[in-house]
Amino acid sequence: MFIEIKNLTKVYDNYLAVDKINFQLNKNRTLGLLGPNGCGKTTTIGMILGLIAPTNGEILIENRNMNTLNRDEVLARFNFASPYVELPKKLTVKQNLEIYGRLYGIEDLSTRINEISKDLDIKNFFNRKTGELSSGQKNRVSLAKSLINKPEILLLDEPTASLDPDVGDFIRSYIQEYKSKNKVTLLLASHNMNEVEKLCDSVIMMKKGKIIDTGTCNDLIKKHGRNNLEETFLKLARSKDEF
Amino acid sequence: MNFNKIYALGLRHIYLIMNSFPRVLDLIYWPTVQIFLWGFISKFFTLNSDYYSNTVGVILTAAVLYDFLFRASISFNMMFLEEIWSRNFTNLFIAPIKISEIIAALTFTAILRTLIGLVPAVLIAVPLFGVSILKLGIPLIFLLISLYLFGITLGLLVTSGLLRFGPSFENIAWASLFFLAPLGCIYYPIDILPNILQIIAKGLPLVHVFEEMRGILMNNSVNYFNILKSISISVIYFIFGIIIFYISYFGARKRGTLINMGE
Repeated sequence: MFIEIKNLTKVYDNYLAVDKINFQLNKNRTLGLLGPNGCGKTTTIGMILGLIAPTNGEILIENRNMNTLNRDEVLARFNFASPYVELPKKLTVKQNLEIYGRLYGIEDLSTRINEISKDLDIKNFFNRKTGELSSGQKNRVSLAKSLINKPEILLLDEPTASLDPDVGDFIRSYIQEYKSKNKVTLLLASHNMNEVEKLCDSVIMMKKGKIIDTGTCNDLIKKHGRNNLEETFLKLARSKDEF
Repeated sequence: MNFNKIYALGLRHIYLIMNSFPRVLDLIYWPTVQIFLWGFISKFFTLNSDYYSNTVGVILTAAVLYDFLFRASISFNMMFLEEIWSRNFTNLFIAPIKISEIIAALTFTAILRTLIGLVPAVLIAVPLFGVSILKLGIPLIFLLISLYLFGITLGLLVTSGLLRFGPSFENIAWASLFFLAPLGCIYYPIDILPNILQIIAKGLPLVHVFEEMRGILMNNSVNYFNILKSISISVIYFIFGIIIFYISYFGARKRGTLINMGE
């Protein structure tokens, strides 16, 4: 196992955002993090990325507590993309990738930038300012930044949110292709159930800060007697019980 | 500390300046206006005041040094605010870069922004008003070091406030230096202040810097002890600023504000 989350809890003042959650992220597998808005997904991702200090519990990376590891070394193995987090708008795509490549200490950076920009088809707006791009173009650039260091652990927060079906499909297909060609452990938070079914090996369902169910997509669909993951999600999100 | 990472972060701000001519113009505009304004005031006082009668450019030199402090602090704040405005905060704090490297990058890049603004203004003062801050001689270097460290300290304290209270703290960024200016004795000797304020003022490096500047220009005498005192006080404040920044960073992690810091 690669990452193990043990009794992870986050309390903001008197608000319990994440309540003693436990799960494992196995090497080179994709885990979906599902749940309604405000269920604690972003807080969980924030704690794994070291942006939020847990109130209790621990995050183990290859059986070692994250807090005891060198922060830089850990973060050099991670990366993250979200449409809610942007790159500097006034810098060109190329400049942004160069800066993040340098921050991640990438050797032979120009080759890596060329490679990734060719893969994600962003070369034709390479010299345009990031703030001038469309949502779809921004998402591709954001994904390029998140793959610049060939991360071992990639965290994606709604990577296709607010994209048209064509661009959304391009991103999904690219992630799927990237997974098949590279060794990457993926944690995907998404509200798009088709995307989750397509990309994830297993999922965990969160609600009000707790994990209410976990399993493969097919197992969950079967277990709850539904036709697809979307229906299963709705059942779990609207239910009062834990499963 | 990793120099390449400090350079990368500095490069982000250099690109930002290079990509926008209006931004460069904005950097130069305000110091130049200051020079014109204080240049004419200085000329008036030189012609009409006994105190300044034989000392051309004391006020203008004070204005330049104060602007250097102001630009250093504002540059530090602005670069930090740029990360908030561009919603790049999360990307920055999940990159494998140490907090000390972020502080170092902002500190070194702030000097560049400061000089872009100030050098043209200082050069303009020579032909227009016959005033050059280089008349301060070698001590100028030490006075600038002291002012720069204090300017960066104010920047650190304001950015700590941004980490603690979020973007709403932005207005304090602009007001921070004006709050200290009256105690800095920039344009007048410390004796003007009431006794109680004199005690407080002596705890700031500004008083020692500007008293020393007047001493050099008006009496042609250099008191290196005074300069050392101003640098020492600045270093103490600088260390204090770094500690506060770290406390604010760990506080922000606890409150979870790093992940959604934005406009």
